[in-house]
Amino acid sequence: MSTTEVRPARAGAEPVRRRRPELPSAVLGLGGLVGFAALLELLPRTGIVSAEYFPPFSEMVRALVEAAGTDRFWAATAETVQAWGIGLGIALVAGIGLGLLIGSVELLRRFTASTIEFLRPVPSVALIPLAVLLLGLGLQSTLLLVVYASFWQILIQVIYGVQDVDPVARETARSYHLGRWARVRYLIWPTALPYVMTGVRLGAAVALILAVTAGLVGIGTGLGAEIALAQSSNAVPLVYGLVIFTGLLGVVVNLAARALERRTLAWHSSVRADVGG
Amino acid sequence: MNPVLRWGRTLGFALTLPVILVTLWWVWSADSTNYYAPPLQTILTTFGDVWFSERLRADVLPSVTRLAIGYTGAVVVGVGLGVLLGANRTLRRVTEPVLEFFRAIPPPALIPILFLFAGIGDTAKVIVIVSGAVWPVLLNTVEGVRAVDDVLSDTSRSYGITGLARLRHLVLPAASPQIVAGMRQALSISIILMVISEMFASTNGLGFSVIQFQRSFAIPEMWSGILLLGLLGFVLSLLFQLFERRSLRWYHGLRRSQRGEN
Repeated sequence: MSTTEVRPARAGAEPVRRRRPELPSAVLGLGGLVGFAALLELLPRTGIVSAEYFPPFSEMVRALVEAAGTDRFWAATAETVQAWGIGLGIALVAGIGLGLLIGSVELLRRFTASTIEFLRPVPSVALIPLAVLLLGLGLQSTLLLVVYASFWQILIQVIYGVQDVDPVARETARSYHLGRWARVRYLIWPTALPYVMTGVRLGAAVALILAVTAGLVGIGTGLGAEIALAQSSNAVPLVYGLVIFTGLLGVVVNLAARALERRTLAWHSSVRADVGG
Repeated sequence: MNPVLRWGRTLGFALTLPVILVTLWWVWSADSTNYYAPPLQTILTTFGDVWFSERLRADVLPSVTRLAIGYTGAVVVGVGLGVLLGANRTLRRVTEPVLEFFRAIPPPALIPILFLFAGIGDTAKVIVIVSGAVWPVLLNTVEGVRAVDDVLSDTSRSYGITGLARLRHLVLPAASPQIVAGMRQALSISIILMVISEMFASTNGLGFSVIQFQRSFAIPEMWSGILLLGLLGFVLSLLFQLFERRSLRWYHGLRRSQRGEN
């Protein structure tokens, strides 16, 4: 984007104005973060909101740093990350495998479409009571929720992606008598890859949400359970500190997913929008 | 092929697998002695008894109302703020990291905090839904507004189209595919938050009832509640698809013609 801009001259207005040189985004963004932290500090200090419910930012940070000195905190973090990783892994393998299969067999796609459309929007949290009864409290129940939530995101994207194969490329592959595996490897997979990456990005975010939620409602362990515990023992600054930490974890997940997307799609000319998923 | 036959085929494809699955469930569970997996017949009978009664008003209605208000609030706030931030480059760059952070917080983690503030009443639950669902709408709107085609933007400027007319005829339509994509994500987050906020602390609602059934080992009732939540998610997603097809008809047509499918 250019930094100069020509505005239509109005009567009496200066004809063309040059913008002031702009600060780099990193500086502005950092300023925004600092400003936001200052706001969180000042709101309770000036008594605009009650410090009982909303401690100053420095206290949230102190509670978080204190917690970060304990093994318990890192064990909880490891449990959340573990549930996230295993769940996302299962969803990826199942979603990509089934997606490639369903997407490339027309008949299969037509037979499964209605069932997928019905099961996909079923909120995974509806399965919580069932998971508790059938799998008990613990990692398995958490995994059921995480896998269910992220699997559909990935499956749908892969099916869309496989269908997006360019007709000319398909005909070309056919003329050259490419075998089944060669078609998957050189035609279908590269076409579907941007969609797969979108699915990975959405799935990774949803998986973290469910990994934390499971702890929060008491069926799993990890950061969610720590937040619930801090809340029930009225350790308000710690609740905030832990929520900030899960947010940072979420930022890391998002950044990693985007970096992966950029790396794997470095060859891809256009950046696809997430619409149609 | 004649249209009747084509309809029949479409219907056949759509119904075959669901019918097979439901039949299998029905047959397999018919003489189930497993306490946790009662016969489908029992579940369906219970479904009618439980949900087409007082509960429809006492539990389903409050849930759906909170969901509707919260979701609408999230869309209004998200689009409003998104247009503002999308149009102002400096403001956007200052707020971007803060907004990205808020989007990254798993929304249910906000529930304990918001309940501290607002108690556990209806308002608190609506706030929970808004505060979790607003981010995808907001950030997608910012993206969409920012990416308005330069030529269109310049053209409308030279024609003196500014202010509300510009918003109504240029900015919002141009950003609408992105906004709708954000709204779709927000819808599923809203449903999750509706259920979780009721499971966490409540005296009525769908999430509350389902957890109550589970805790009191009312198994067929619990299954019927899960079924109802599933149906709710399905129906809402169906409604959303209708809305999307109507509001983005021009866009999907454009995409098809760009891809040479016509």
